Amino acid sequence: MNPDPMTELDQISAAQLAVANRELGPELAVPLPRDTPDGAALATALVESYPPKVGRKRSKHIRVNDPSTIPTIEANSRTVPGIITQRGCCYAGCKGVVLGPVTDIVHIVHGPVGCSYYSWMTRRNQAIVPEGEANYLPYTFTTDMTENEIIFGGEKKLLAAIREAYELLHPKAIAVFATCPVGLIGDDVHAVAAQAREELGINVFGFSCEGYKGVSQSAGHHIANNGLFKHVVGTEQLPDELKVNPIRVNLLGEYNIGGDAFELERVFARCGIELVSTFSGNAQYSDLARSADANLNLVMCHRSINYMAEMMETKYGIPWLKVNFIGAEATAKSLRKIARYFDDAVLIDRVEQVIAEELAALEPVRAEVLSRVGGKPVMLYVGGSRAHHYQSLFADIGMPVVAAGYEFAHRDDYEGSVVMPTITVDADSKNIEELTVAADPDAYEQRKSPDEIAELAERGVRLGEYDGMMAQMAKGAMVVDDISHAELERLIAEYQPAVVCSGIKDKYVIEKMGVPCKQLHNYDSGGPYAGFKGAINFYTEIDRMVNAQVWRLVTPPWATAPAPVG
Amino acid sequence: MRKIAIYGKGGIGKSTTTQNTVAGLSEMGRKVMVVGCDPKADSTRLLLGGLAQRSVLDTLRIEGEDVELDDVRADGFAESKCVESGGPEPGVGCAGRGIITSINLLEQLGAYDDSEQLDYVFYDVLGDVVCGGFAMPIREGKAEEIYIVASGEMMAMYAANNICKGVQKFANTGKVRVGGIICNSRNVDNEYELIDHFARELGTQMIHFVPRDNDVQRAEINKKTVIEWNPACNQAEEYRRLAMAIEANESFVIPKPMETDRLEELLLEHGLLAA
Repeated sequence: MNPDPMTELDQISAAQLAVANRELGPELAVPLPRDTPDGAALATALVESYPPKVGRKRSKHIRVNDPSTIPTIEANSRTVPGIITQRGCCYAGCKGVVLGPVTDIVHIVHGPVGCSYYSWMTRRNQAIVPEGEANYLPYTFTTDMTENEIIFGGEKKLLAAIREAYELLHPKAIAVFATCPVGLIGDDVHAVAAQAREELGINVFGFSCEGYKGVSQSAGHHIANNGLFKHVVGTEQLPDELKVNPIRVNLLGEYNIGGDAFELERVFARCGIELVSTFSGNAQYSDLARSADANLNLVMCHRSINYMAEMMETKYGIPWLKVNFIGAEATAKSLRKIARYFDDAVLIDRVEQVIAEELAALEPVRAEVLSRVGGKPVMLYVGGSRAHHYQSLFADIGMPVVAAGYEFAHRDDYEGSVVMPTITVDADSKNIEELTVAADPDAYEQRKSPDEIAELAERGVRLGEYDGMMAQMAKGAMVVDDISHAELERLIAEYQPAVVCSGIKDKYVIEKMGVPCKQLHNYDSGGPYAGFKGAINFYTEIDRMVNAQVWRLVTPPWATAPAPVG
Repeated sequence: MRKIAIYGKGGIGKSTTTQNTVAGLSEMGRKVMVVGCDPKADSTRLLLGGLAQRSVLDTLRIEGEDVELDDVRADGFAESKCVESGGPEPGVGCAGRGIITSINLLEQLGAYDDSEQLDYVFYDVLGDVVCGGFAMPIREGKAEEIYIVASGEMMAMYAANNICKGVQKFANTGKVRVGGIICNSRNVDNEYELIDHFARELGTQMIHFVPRDNDVQRAEINKKTVIEWNPACNQAEEYRRLAMAIEANESFVIPKPMETDRLEELLLEHGLLAA
């Protein structure tokens, strides 16, 4: 399909990567292979098999990219029933994604047992807790609502569960998550949490994250942000001995899948960047409670945590910076931005030294893998930021992204935060509470003046902004939001990608088509993929997947016999 | 076995009417079971002479799996069989789900089996058709005959019309039909003619006009149906007539609920909205 990958690479590699390495502007997309199918024709073909109304609706979610004039794309709207979406539920976004990774909060799921059981450790959030500290990640807690609680109400059972958890474990905090039936019968998880807080003297807080809320797990992220902001952030002070180093950051939207946060902790430590808290990979309750004492918020997964970044800026005066630690070049660029923000000569030197050393160790692997995978097309349909971030990692090894899209992102994640004022707020979004936040008279401390912020922007450090996925994608690449099963199959057939990055719902369908699939929700059994060492892991993993011909060598049973019917 | 559900606006007198009708049927020697579908569990109080039994749901909660029919069913006036579904306290849980659970349990326990030789089962259902749970008796053939208690008051007629909408929905796919409107008089002007017209407009009939009589309250204070409290009084006779009308009823229809405008016109025609 790619006559000679190395020819393509000659155009993109050395010169462009060197430029990207020095500059902090948008990263450069790997040009599409010459024989890439025509995007416009394919966009039409994708919706041909739908009924007209569905076709019209889906068409708004399908765009052929042009980074110079980014097209408007429909996102964060209701999935068409029956098209087999990748999306999850509000509860999954709140408990499963944002709160779940915190190690020493007891997360009690108020609902029937399945909601808890089937979300038990499936994200592969990892943690190494300090000696003597609690780690409840291996456990799952549920009120195990039965018919009895549905009929008579479950508040008493919830209070009993909170007391039981407290007596057993004496955690620092307990979080309560409402599942669908709780919303239907009207159990007040917040009132029960308040009563338990009073009674037990620890922080107990609830989340009305019933699965049916919103159009995807995105609603749950927002609800989780609101709850953490209201009940946790700013409730503890960073001890004075930890305030010596002014280069203090929070890392928002990093969930330590497969150990990503471990690698970033390592890199930060080498650079002398003090990590106050991570929201919420490998995090402890007190880290989050003290996060208002950081001097910069780094935003990884913009989709799931931008609310927190915005609210903390308003209330505490902490600016936020969109970063991407997925990909060696992207990591280097993000570190340089942090150094420039703090404007500290020692830090700037250390960052350059760390980058030089890490890249030197990484370069032989990257170059070797690039020689085997460069030019081979990739498709990414996953998440609300991963489909963007991983494009940088694929750029490192010269693999062009021919098609990509998010599962639950909003328009700003595609088109950039510049479009946020123009996003129509529909009834589904209105159902999710929007907190009104003001500067805290005691705790607000402006970290950077408007002049300083403007000056930083001129030097390539744009605070409080996100460019979105499309700015980084090649012209002509296909962007599909909330992709359906039929569309995914069609795109695979047309593009013949060397690898598809997706999730568990599609993994085996993709592999049945003879194409390797890398799950980017949980990394299958791999990781870390963030930072420098993570990048090496990913290069090696992609090399293995793309160049192992196992899926193409197997003759599946359905290739020689008709598929069973019924 | 005839399967009857009594619906109507809250406070219209469903439980009182049901129990007095059941007393009339039982007095005639019919074998009747009453299933109260109200979380307050007060649908069998008059037949039992007080709130004397544990509800199905309370029993289920306390006993777990091990429930016998006799644990949840008590004998009332003239050998009527009394069951209270029960449910949560006001403002918590899901009473509708409770009714579904309760009726399913009664079925499993054999309360409706042929061996019980029931002539009638009556469901006395809370208020309007507010959600799936409260519609349970008219879904899946639990009840096949619906009687709606109404009065000449406008809100009672609105509610009755709404209930007809619910019945119509299920009637098109099942066996449920409306048997008639029971007028429980509130001494509204022209009430007889109004409800009679209202019922015919809905495609059904006013099966009986129960006059207002303070003997009903006197019997209730004594925790008895009127027929048990004073078999010779006029109101006892009215309930017997209602019971006989139901016994003899052969008119079972899919109702034709009205648009709100038409309902208001009807009230105008009968002088109710006149200043």
